[in-house]
Amino acid sequence: MARQRRAGLLRCLNGKTGVTMKAVNTHHVRETAMKIVFLITACVSILAVVLICVFLFANGIPTMHEIGFLKFLFGTTWAPNQNLYGIFPMIIASIVVTAGAIAIGVPAGLLCAIFLAHFCPGKLYKLLKPAAELLAGIPSIVYGFFGLVVIVPIMQRLVGGGGKNIITASVMLGIMILPTIINVAESSLRAVPQSYYEGSLALGATHERSVFSATLPAAKSGILAGIILGVGRAVGETMAVVMVAGNQPILPESLLSGVRTLTANIVLEMGYATDLHREALIACGVVLFVFILLINLCFSALKRRME
Amino acid sequence: MMKERHGFSSRMEVYRRHPLSLVQRALVLLAAVITFGVLAALVIYILVKGVPNLRPELFAWKYTSENASMLPAILNTLVMILLTLVLSVPFGVGAAIYLVEYASRGNKLVKLVRITAETLSGIPSIVYGLFGYLMFVIALHMGNSMLAGALTLAIMVLPTILRTTEEALKAVPDSFREGSFGLGAGRLRTVFRIVLPSAVPGIFSGVILAIGRIVGETAALIFTSGTVTGVAGSLMESGRTLAIHMYCLLNEGLYTEEAYATAVVLLILVIGINALSGAVAKRLAQRT
Repeated sequence: MARQRRAGLLRCLNGKTGVTMKAVNTHHVRETAMKIVFLITACVSILAVVLICVFLFANGIPTMHEIGFLKFLFGTTWAPNQNLYGIFPMIIASIVVTAGAIAIGVPAGLLCAIFLAHFCPGKLYKLLKPAAELLAGIPSIVYGFFGLVVIVPIMQRLVGGGGKNIITASVMLGIMILPTIINVAESSLRAVPQSYYEGSLALGATHERSVFSATLPAAKSGILAGIILGVGRAVGETMAVVMVAGNQPILPESLLSGVRTLTANIVLEMGYATDLHREALIACGVVLFVFILLINLCFSALKRRME
Repeated sequence: MMKERHGFSSRMEVYRRHPLSLVQRALVLLAAVITFGVLAALVIYILVKGVPNLRPELFAWKYTSENASMLPAILNTLVMILLTLVLSVPFGVGAAIYLVEYASRGNKLVKLVRITAETLSGIPSIVYGLFGYLMFVIALHMGNSMLAGALTLAIMVLPTILRTTEEALKAVPDSFREGSFGLGAGRLRTVFRIVLPSAVPGIFSGVILAIGRIVGETAALIFTSGTVTGVAGSLMESGRTLAIHMYCLLNEGLYTEEAYATAVVLLILVIGINALSGAVAKRLAQRT
């Protein structure tokens, strides 16, 4: 159909304007070629995900098999010099530290988002919004450095010991996920129709109560999405955690024990590891990757439900 | 003045009747003070402790163990930024053009591209580092090199550029395209002459975001571009960027003063990048 129409058009053009068939054809070829080029560029992100999965899994799964899946995932001793590769302490450490970060970062970030969306005067907002963006832009190595020279000494004074423990790492990560939580929570609070808030005011509620009891519940799925993003950031954070978590690859006894997360384990030993040790670290990365994929899955499921 | 005071006292009256509201307001204010207090503390602390350490010798041409100069690292960072952008911008922009200008609505491929881009943006940098090490350094025999690092980072910033460009293209009004088609231009000419030029500021803001990530990146580069201290002479040589330089200084434990100075430079760079992106966003907002 389309081709017939084009042929008709071409005949028409040939007759009336003298455009040759060839010119139109090369034009058509160029259009199609560029369309294909754009199509290929669009496929790059698909290709990248496939490659990442292939390279990580192809390297990690055989290693896990060699060590033994259960021994690898639930072994409690990480001692590469004795050929013992159990990453259970690191898995626990990643989970505990992330939970700590959520416990600290979510209440602070959420309240801060409420402040920005409903309590902040316009002039102050113009100053604070870029500040919140800066919080997101500061490199993790700088955060880690700040943690090392400021938070760790404070911890030492408060509880004694080396000052590098679960609480320090949680505070550090709690600060680092603040911008994620603030941004997502603020935009979902702003997306709630004004009529909710006004209706609540009209029923005699105060400004605070209207925000907390009418607007906030309506924004909850957006806020949850922000929290999931924050979890992803906290689990994957490496450089800042290495600086402040203590890095002992053993199961923590209390919140004041030093821990080593999955990410820290990789970055600490990858530089000098060889053979099975190196493969085990890559397998460690695969476990981390699977965690992240699961978190991503939760996030996109939630997003789909919101839409 | 009188009126304000009246407002204040009546507000206090309200709070006396609704103590919970007062608590809520106090909590919200407290959270804001803490959040921005921490940010201010971080910036001020690093500037105050770091600026006195910014000695001119730290900007010497050569890194030696006596003088941990950061100039080579700064130059490597610039090369890394440029190389990464050259590798990622064409693909990010091209993909966005396909998604917005060519693909039909409800296209399965579009959905897949969106999902994979979202996945990419959620992957932590250490996983990128591992992947880059396995693929570029080992499998493609690049060794620890600037190119391997830049390729890894290019994949990492691809979703950022893709998303911002997509939004910028979508913001171009359809009347522009219709006008162009109406004058007899083909789709290709419309894209390059009409749509892309009007989307440039938006694309630019995505590029700035990407630069911010490249500057601050450590975990993805440490095993791909490596930690060699000199200026990388070619793309196949290893060279440390500023963030890695700082990590190494801290790791060696002997260079705290130099680390402070590097932190200042990194922080100033990031603040500058943020200010630039803020300015671009403002200009965008004014135009529409």
